[in-house]
Amino acid sequence: MPELNTSSLPDLIFTVLFFFMMVTSMRDVTPLVDVKTPTGGSEIEKLERKSLVSHIYIGPPARQFRATLGSAERIQLNESFAEVAAIREFVIAERESMFEKDKPLMKMSLKVDKGSKMGIIQDVKQELRKAKALNIVYSASQEKPKN
Amino acid sequence: MGKGKRKVPGLNQSSTADISFILLIFFLVTTSMDTDTGLPRRLPEWDPNVEEQELTIKERNVMTVKVNKNNEILVKNGKINRPIDVSELKDLAMEFIANPNDDPNLPIIEPYDIEGYGTVNTTIKHVIALETDRTANYEIYFKVQHELSKAYTELRDAWARRNFGKPLSECDPKTEEPIARAVYASKISETNPKEYGTE
Repeated sequence: MPELNTSSLPDLIFTVLFFFMMVTSMRDVTPLVDVKTPTGGSEIEKLERKSLVSHIYIGPPARQFRATLGSAERIQLNESFAEVAAIREFVIAERESMFEKDKPLMKMSLKVDKGSKMGIIQDVKQELRKAKALNIVYSASQEKPKN
Repeated sequence: MGKGKRKVPGLNQSSTADISFILLIFFLVTTSMDTDTGLPRRLPEWDPNVEEQELTIKERNVMTVKVNKNNEILVKNGKINRPIDVSELKDLAMEFIANPNDDPNLPIIEPYDIEGYGTVNTTIKHVIALETDRTANYEIYFKVQHELSKAYTELRDAWARRNFGKPLSECDPKTEEPIARAVYASKISETNPKEYGTE
């Protein structure tokens, strides 16, 4: 039986590799809070250009932190828990890391657990207004059509 | 020594595939493909001098949507004042925003100049005041925002069909869409958070 020619296999794999490098992005953070975003219908939009989006996570602490932190909603910025007051600094840091022409287009994506209370969200929104980060997105997933 | 007769030996490339496989697997593990989706909103500008300006708006131009601590939605405008189910909100909001029958209890319809189009008759002075209790549930609030957003989109869509002869999704995003957007401009105002029933 003649042997299969595998000399083009690396090229093939490289093609797949480049495809994945282009369509995916680095996983941003390890979640410290449990977030199940609400679902919506026709008004849910896709966020274009991930480089413009910063995330604020709000939800009950993940299981391993429950014993020490309880189950009241907490805010997660980058890799750690944060207080409401830290949001302004976070916004400034995120804005600094962007290109000058992209700065006015910055979007804050609020990934909020659907079981959260409104109080913490209202506080976060007030802080975002003070930090002049006015474009926000309530992160939500598209409702699956019921069959 | 034989001059120029030596051949460069071929490099063994049989492991290139393995190397690229390892790279591929690394990218598969460390990246995520899920695209972010959500409901975009714009917060009002923060002005430290004007903490919360008193609104002097005619009663007929205001619709209050209140989400209380029991997650009930209360709607109050010139026509109704009662708790509603979230599924009713879109139609109530659409009736309020458009005021199709020129009801004297619903927002006043006035001529309004739109740059690049002309004058249209619309309820430009209407306001939807959204009040949410601090202990209300986020999912309910999100649904309220979503239904209000849907009401505006459907009104713009209907307007675009009447005046441009095509649905909003097919309108030119640079010229036609902003006009439809201006006719029914989103006027959702969120009053400062209060705790109801605690005074």
